[in-house]
Amino acid sequence: MLEQQLVNGVVLGATYALFAIGFTLMFGVMGVINLTYGVYFALGAFAALWSTQGLDLPIWAALPVGALIAGLIAVVLDTLLLTRLRKAKAPELSSLMVTLGATLFLYAGMAAALGTEIRRFPAAVFSGGAYSLGDVRVGTTQLLILGAAIVLMLALLALVRGSRIGLAIRAVAENPDAASLMGINGALMLRVVSFLSGAIGGAAGVLVGLNFNAIQPFMGEHMMLRGFAVIIVGGLGDLRGALLAGLILGLAEVLTAAYLSSTLKDMIAFALLVATLWFRPLGLFGRAAAKRA
Amino acid sequence: MSRRVLLAAALLGSSLAGAQAQDKSPVKLGAIEILTGPNSRYGVAIQRGFDLALTDINKAGGVLGGRPLALVYEDSAGAKEQALNAARKLIGRDKVPLILGPTLSNEMFAAGPVANERKVPIVGTSTTANGITAIGPYVFRTSLPESDVIPVTLKTAQAKFGIKRVAVMYGNDDAFTKSAYDVMKASLEKLGIETLTTETFGSKDSDFSAQLTKIKALNPDAIVLSALVEAASGIELQARQLGIPEKVFFIGGNGLNSPKLGDIAGKAADGTLVGSPWFIGKPDAANQAFVNAFKAKYGGDLPDQFAAQAYDTLFIVAKAIDAAGAPEPEKIKDALIKVKYTGVMGPFSFSDSRDPADTSGVVVLVMKDGKFQLLQ
Repeated sequence: MLEQQLVNGVVLGATYALFAIGFTLMFGVMGVINLTYGVYFALGAFAALWSTQGLDLPIWAALPVGALIAGLIAVVLDTLLLTRLRKAKAPELSSLMVTLGATLFLYAGMAAALGTEIRRFPAAVFSGGAYSLGDVRVGTTQLLILGAAIVLMLALLALVRGSRIGLAIRAVAENPDAASLMGINGALMLRVVSFLSGAIGGAAGVLVGLNFNAIQPFMGEHMMLRGFAVIIVGGLGDLRGALLAGLILGLAEVLTAAYLSSTLKDMIAFALLVATLWFRPLGLFGRAAAKRA
Repeated sequence: MSRRVLLAAALLGSSLAGAQAQDKSPVKLGAIEILTGPNSRYGVAIQRGFDLALTDINKAGGVLGGRPLALVYEDSAGAKEQALNAARKLIGRDKVPLILGPTLSNEMFAAGPVANERKVPIVGTSTTANGITAIGPYVFRTSLPESDVIPVTLKTAQAKFGIKRVAVMYGNDDAFTKSAYDVMKASLEKLGIETLTTETFGSKDSDFSAQLTKIKALNPDAIVLSALVEAASGIELQARQLGIPEKVFFIGGNGLNSPKLGDIAGKAADGTLVGSPWFIGKPDAANQAFVNAFKAKYGGDLPDQFAAQAYDTLFIVAKAIDAAGAPEPEKIKDALIKVKYTGVMGPFSFSDSRDPADTSGVVVLVMKDGKFQLLQ
C-alpha cells in the first residue's frame, strides 16, 4: 500500500508543481501576484475540450491548443489590467486587488457563458488505461502529468537560464529600468512571460481535467489555494523550489489521508504555508526574490 | 353528431352544472420553482410535470365540481431570497390558497416559514433535506426524504448481495452529503453491516487516490458513498483505475441517482446501486401512461423523478381541494393530511409529520452500461 500511496503522492504533487511553476514565473518576473492565473487553468481545459469536440482533434493536439489559447488570453488580460498600474508604479496591493476583481468577473462570466455543470472529454479521447507493476497501478494520464511537469520544467529552466530571451527576462526581473537602458524591450518581455505562464497554466488545466475527466469554470479556484502554498513554500518566484514544494505538498497530503485521517488532509497545505513563513520566509532554497527567475 | 346537437348538449350540460355550482372561475394555486439559471433543469422538469397533470385534471373536469385548476408560476432562480419574495407575492397579491415548491431544500427553509406564518399550506415536491416539515404545520412534502430511501437501498444490497463489510466515503463540507452520510451510518449499524473505514473528501477535490488506496487494501464487499454526482464520478473512475475490482460495487445516496454518473464515469460506474422514489422503467400501467403522455407533450423529452413527483403532487393537491370543498387554505390543509392517492410513484399518503408515509414505492436501481435500470 505504501508504494501505491507514494505514487499517488508524486502524481498529485506533479499536478501541484505543474500548476505552480507558471504561477511562480509570473510572480518572479513581474513582481505581481496575479490572481487571474487560476482562470487560465480552466480556460486551457475548456479550449482543449472545444478542440476535441468541435475540431475533432486528438488529445495530443488538443493539449497545445489549450495551452496556446490560455497563453494568448493571459497576454491580453495582463495588458488590459496591469499596463496602467505598471506605468503609474502602483503599489503591489493595487495590482493584487485589480487581479482579484478581474478574477471574480471572469469566473462569473465563464459560469454564465459555459454553465457550472461539469463537462468531460469525449469517451474516445479519454481512453484512460493503467499500467500495473506488482500491486502498484499508474494511469496513462498520470504518467502524462508527471512527464509534462518534468518536460515543461526543464524547458522553462533552459529558456530562462540558457537563452538570450531568458537573459532579457531575468534582466527585466532584476531591474526594469536598467534593462530598458540596455535596449531590452521590457514590455515585450512581460508579454512573453505572460504568455509562457498562461500557457503552462492552461496545459496544467488540460492534463488535470483529463486525469479526473472533469472540467468546470471554477476548477482553478481550488488549485489556486494549493498554488499559493506551493509558491510560498518553494520561495516566491523560484521555479525549482515550486517543483520541489509541489511534490512535498502532494506527498504530505496523500500520506496524511492514508495514515492519519482524510479529514486532516486539507489542513496540511496551510500548515506548511504558515510554517514556511515562520521558519524559512524566503522559501526552501532561501534566495532573494530578484535572483530566482 | 351534427353541430347543432353538440351545441344543444353543451348548453344543456352547462346549465345543469350551473345549477349545481355557480362558480366557474379557476382555482389559482402558486408554484415557486427554479425556472432560470444553472439549476433550472430541476425547476423546469417540475414545471413540466405540473403542467401535464394540470391538463389531465382540467380535462377530467377540474376541481370542486367543474372549476378549472390554474397555476401561477414564480421563478426563484435557485436563490432563497427570491423564493421568499415569491412566497410573499403569491400569498399577498395573488391570494393563492396553496403554494407548490420551492425546488431546493434551502429555498424551502426560507419560504416555508412565511407560508406557515400566513397559514397557507406549502407543498414541496423535491425537498429531501432533514427538518423541512419541522418548519410548521402548514409545510408538507411529497418527496421521500433520504432517510427513507437510503435504508431501503442498503437493506436490498444486504439481502441480494450478502454484503457484510463495507468502506464508507462522504463529502464532509456539504450539508446534503453529510446528512445522507448520517443516515447511512445509522442504517449500517442497524443492519449489522461492519464499517471497515470511514473516509472523507472535500466537495471540490478531484484527487481521491489516497483514500481509495486505503480502501483497496481493506478489501471491502462494497463502498458506501455519499457524494454529489461530480465527485462521485471522479471517485468511481479513480477506484477502477487504482485496481479496485468491479465486484466491489458502490452504493450511493440520492446524489448518485443521476444519469450524469454514467455519462461521466462510463464503465467505471457499472454496478452502482441507488434507491429512487421513481424510475422511468417502472412497468405499471399508470407510470407507462405518464411517460408516454410526457413524451408526447414535450417533443420526445423523457420525464425524470422531479417531473414524476410534481405530476403526482398536483393530483394529490387536487384531491385535497375536492375534499376540502372550498379553495380555502385552512380547509385544504386539513384535507391534505388525510389524502390517500396512488400515482406513478406508487401508493401515497402523508404521515402525521406531513412527510410521505409509505416507502413501498422506492425502487432500487443498478447502473449497467452507463444507464440505470431496475435491479432484478
